[in-house]
Amino acid sequence: MDIVKLSLTDVRDKIAAKKLSSVEVTKAIFDRIKETADLNTLITVTEQSALEKAAEVDGKIARGEKIGALAGVPIIVKDNISTSGIRTTCASRFLSNYVPPFDATVIKKLKAADAVIVGKANMDEFAMGSSNENSAFGPVRNAVDPTRVPGGSSGGSASSVAAFQAFGALGSDTGGSIRQPASFCGVVGLKPTYSAVSRFGLVAFASSLDQIGPITRCVRDNAELLNVIAGHDEMDSTSAFVKEDYTDYKTGVKGKTIGIAKEFFDREFSAEVKNAVLAAAKLYEKAGAVLKEISISSFDAALATYYIIACAEASSNLARFDGVKYGLRADADDYIDIYYKSRTAYFGAEVKRRIMIGNYVLSSGYYDAYYLKASKVRTKIKAEFDAALKECDFILGPTSPTTAFKLGGDFTDPSEAYTADIFTVPVNIAGNPAISIPCGADKSGLPIGLQLIGRSFGERELFGAAETLEKELG
Amino acid sequence: MKIDRKEVLHIAELSRLTFTEEELDAMGEQMGSVLEKFRRLDEVDVSDVPPTAHILPFVNVLREDKAAEPMPREELLKNAPESDGSAYIVPKVLE
Repeated sequence: MDIVKLSLTDVRDKIAAKKLSSVEVTKAIFDRIKETADLNTLITVTEQSALEKAAEVDGKIARGEKIGALAGVPIIVKDNISTSGIRTTCASRFLSNYVPPFDATVIKKLKAADAVIVGKANMDEFAMGSSNENSAFGPVRNAVDPTRVPGGSSGGSASSVAAFQAFGALGSDTGGSIRQPASFCGVVGLKPTYSAVSRFGLVAFASSLDQIGPITRCVRDNAELLNVIAGHDEMDSTSAFVKEDYTDYKTGVKGKTIGIAKEFFDREFSAEVKNAVLAAAKLYEKAGAVLKEISISSFDAALATYYIIACAEASSNLARFDGVKYGLRADADDYIDIYYKSRTAYFGAEVKRRIMIGNYVLSSGYYDAYYLKASKVRTKIKAEFDAALKECDFILGPTSPTTAFKLGGDFTDPSEAYTADIFTVPVNIAGNPAISIPCGADKSGLPIGLQLIGRSFGERELFGAAETLEKELG
Repeated sequence: MKIDRKEVLHIAELSRLTFTEEELDAMGEQMGSVLEKFRRLDEVDVSDVPPTAHILPFVNVLREDKAAEPMPREELLKNAPESDGSAYIVPKVLE
C-alpha cells in the first residue's frame, strides 16, 4: 500500500482505526515532499511541528480520547493564510520575513479538527496570476507535467495535492485561483459560496470576491475538508450564519436540470476542452439529468468587470504595505520615501501593475467610467446568474479555455494572460459556489477541468453532481 | 491606446511607487491595453441598474460588546522593521 496515495477519507479512517499511525503517514508525506521537491510547491515546510502534532494525535487515539474530523491527516495551506509562528509570505519579497502572531480562523479550525499542517504552499504573489510564475520564490511546476505551469494563483496547493504531498490543501479563489489550478493539475477544487468560509487571517486581495476553499483528489475528500473549515465566525463580519453538514450529500443527478450557457460555448477556445466538457454533459444526461440551453448575456463583460473591481480593491488593500508595521523596509531618510522605496523594491511587477490599474479606475475623472460602471454591470451579471439558477440546478461549462500551458510563456501584453480566467471570474462576481472536476485529458495527457456552478449555499448539491461524474468516468 | 507619461506618473504617485524611464513606457503601454479591454463595458446598458459593492444582504452585523485579551504588544512589534519595544519607529514626520 502506498500510503501517500490513499484518499483523505481513507487515511483519516485508517488512522482512527489504528491501522496506520499519524506519525507513519506524516513521515511518508515528508519523504514524498523531498522526492518531489523540484516541483517547488512549498515555500515553507513545517516538518518538526507536523511530526509533533502527529505524535500528539497518535497519543490521543492510543488513550481512546475524542479526536477531530481530520485527526492525523497531513494538509497543506496556501501561503496567504496566516499561521501563528509560521512564516506567511504571500509569495512576496515584501513579506519574506513575516511571521503572523495569530492563526486564521480556518487554521484554528484545522487544528481543532486535529489536522497536521505540513507546509505552506507557493502561489502567485498576493494571489495575482493564473500561472504561478508571479512568485518571489520561483515558479511552481505542474505535477502532471513539470514543463508546464500548475495554474494559479493556488498553483502550489493544486500541484502538491496532485503530487501526493498531502491529502488535501487549502487555496483561495478571487477569480478562479482554486478552480483553474485544480483543472490544470487534474484535481478537485471548490470555490465555496462567498461568505461560507471565514476569511479572518486570509491576506486580502479583493475583499468582495476572495474566498478560501479546499483542493483534494476526489469529491468526497473535498466535502470532508470544507466541512471542517466552513461556518460563521465572529471575527469576520462578512461570514454567513450558515452551517450545514457538507458531508451529507446525495450522489446522483436524476431529475436535475443542468444549464448549458450558450455564451460559454459560442466562444473560441480549445476544441479538446470543448469536446471533453460537452461529452461530460452527455454523461450527465445519461445519468438522468436534463440539459437546457440558457443564456448569461453579460458573460462577455464579466472579465472586464472582474479586473476593474479586483484591481480597485487590491490597490486599496495593498496600501497597508508601507514598510512600517511588518514586512521589509527599504532604507530611506524621509518617511514618505519609506513608502516609495519599500513598495518599489519589494512588490513584484504584476502586483505593481494591478495597483496602478486599480488606482487609475478609482481616480478622480475615471471612477464613474470604470469602477462605478463595473459595479453596475456586476448587478446585472448577478441577476442573470440568479435567474439562470431558478431555471436550472447547475450551470455547466469548462473551468479554463485551455489545458496547462508551458512554463516561461511570454505574455508581453498582460491583458492576454487575463483571458485564462474568462470562465471562472463571473462566478466570483455573482458570489455563487463552483467546483472544478477532472473530465478527461487532451492528446498530451493534460487534465481537462469541468466547472459546475451552483446556487448560493448549494455546495452539497454540487458535491452530489460532481461525484456522479467522477463515478461515470470511473 | 497608450496612457501618457504625465498620467502614469500621477497614478504612480497615488500608488506610492516609482518607475524607471523604461518601466514608465512599458507601464503606459500595458495599462493602455488593459484599459482598452475595459471599454468592453461600454456595450452594456446599465441605465437604471444600481451598483453592487458586495453581494451579501447584510447591512449591519452587530455583536455583544465583550472585553477580551488584546494581543500582546511585544508579539505585534516582533514583525516591525524598527521598534523601541513599545512603539513603531519611523523617520521624523513633523519638523
